[in-house]
Amino acid sequence: MRLINRIPSRPVAVALAALPFAAVLIAYALGSEIRLAANPQDKLLPAPATILDTAIRLFTQGDRRTGEILLWQDTWASLRRLALGVGIGAAISLSFGMLIGMLPHARRGLSGFVAVLSMVPPLALLPVLFIVFGLGETSKVVLIVIGITPFLIRELSQRVLDIPHEEIVKAQTLGASSGTIALNVVLPQILPRLISAVRLSLGSAWLFLIAAEAVASEVGLGYRIFLVRRYLAMDIILTYVIWITLLAFLIDWALKYLSRRAFPWMEAGL
Amino acid sequence: MSFVTVRDVWQRYGDRSIIERVNLDVAEGEFVSIVGASGCGKSTFLRLLLADERPTRGEIRIDGGEPAREPGRERGVVFQRYSVFRHMTVRDNIVAAESFARFPGRFFGPALRAARARADDTLARIGLAHVAGQYPATLSGGMQQRLAIGQALTARPRVLLLDEPFGALDTGTRLAMHDFLTELRAETNMTVFMVTHDLEEGFKLGDRVLVFDKVRWDPHSPEAFGATITYDFDARDGGIPFQRQLERYPGLAAQAG
Repeated sequence: MRLINRIPSRPVAVALAALPFAAVLIAYALGSEIRLAANPQDKLLPAPATILDTAIRLFTQGDRRTGEILLWQDTWASLRRLALGVGIGAAISLSFGMLIGMLPHARRGLSGFVAVLSMVPPLALLPVLFIVFGLGETSKVVLIVIGITPFLIRELSQRVLDIPHEEIVKAQTLGASSGTIALNVVLPQILPRLISAVRLSLGSAWLFLIAAEAVASEVGLGYRIFLVRRYLAMDIILTYVIWITLLAFLIDWALKYLSRRAFPWMEAGL
Repeated sequence: MSFVTVRDVWQRYGDRSIIERVNLDVAEGEFVSIVGASGCGKSTFLRLLLADERPTRGEIRIDGGEPAREPGRERGVVFQRYSVFRHMTVRDNIVAAESFARFPGRFFGPALRAARARADDTLARIGLAHVAGQYPATLSGGMQQRLAIGQALTARPRVLLLDEPFGALDTGTRLAMHDFLTELRAETNMTVFMVTHDLEEGFKLGDRVLVFDKVRWDPHSPEAFGATITYDFDARDGGIPFQRQLERYPGLAAQAG
């Protein structure tokens, strides 16, 4: 039988999915074991048990001075910035994407500009943002907005153009105005595309968030990682990295679930 | 009495002539089939009738009105594909035919309930009542086209334009759709233009069959000249509209004899 026709059975599929995770864990545990055997004070690869202890401490024990749990504070601060940045970016790109996709005049006027804008490396603008907006929350949120919006606009305007011309003509023959078509034909068909585009852009959104927090901040997941780096606190850094990964995964899964529940027609044909 | 008037219509894209010198008068209630080889401009002519494109020269009027600059409620259309809104249920597709005419394009409260009840009547008439709550993608090709025709007719257009509406259907479904369309026509007496590549279908359904072809041909630049109407058949009564006059009006026989 050809390799391309071999399909794993259910238990084999589960085992295959778990395999890379297990391999990485084992490799790390072995490496840590070897280094700690040579030098019990080694900080580079703390034992998995140490990381687990640290994680439990970070999640449950408050700061000795203030009694507040720093990890949760960092999480809320970061998630708030991320939600604001992605939300504002999505709102801007939805309106501009629909304008560019629907109106030939807007398309002529804006699509070239957006194409050039999306080539500006957002991180290079970070100093400008700090100068203009100060070191507070605004500059971090604006960095995320600037980072993801050009991509989202290009993606969404293209998806608007992908709507079959027949459907737009049909709506016109039913007497629909431009506004009615935007509201009843384009918007409902583009919303699931917005969600999937946002899912794609979340990776870069996290990147910009952590970069902005690393440079100047007082609280936040990225800030904490770069703070404890000075003490070589690998156990804390790894806990934070795993926590960020888990958060990103959960957000992605939630968006996918939302898209499925809210737009059943997307999968009606399958 | 000319209901749809086409006067000296030309259409060219850049140097490419698609159709040229098209003149046509169609009476209200006529069913016009348009046939021709691929790329002969029959779909372009339908888009001109639809006002999705404006002709390079000439004009098209419906009932003596101003030539249209964009598609509107006067002209209903059914395409081969994508003729219904895939994000709306079957019932809401019919409701859209009423609600789209006024911003914001939606009914609320009692108006919505009334429109949905009317839509259910329409769906019962076109045999789609059992799938009213489903999305079009779950329907077969024939059911989707029936929905598209029902939706177009709900808006009460003055002219119905069909662009190869049954082109993607299998033979059995296609025959059923012919009966469906013939019935609807008997009810509404709508003026219909149908583009098809199936000659038999054209003659079976049409009162007239127009053939598009190129009359001028430059072998060195095949795109220099466009197609025009080369034949205009009277297709009533299976293509022999006058041969059976005596059977229909026996009184004439006495006079002739």
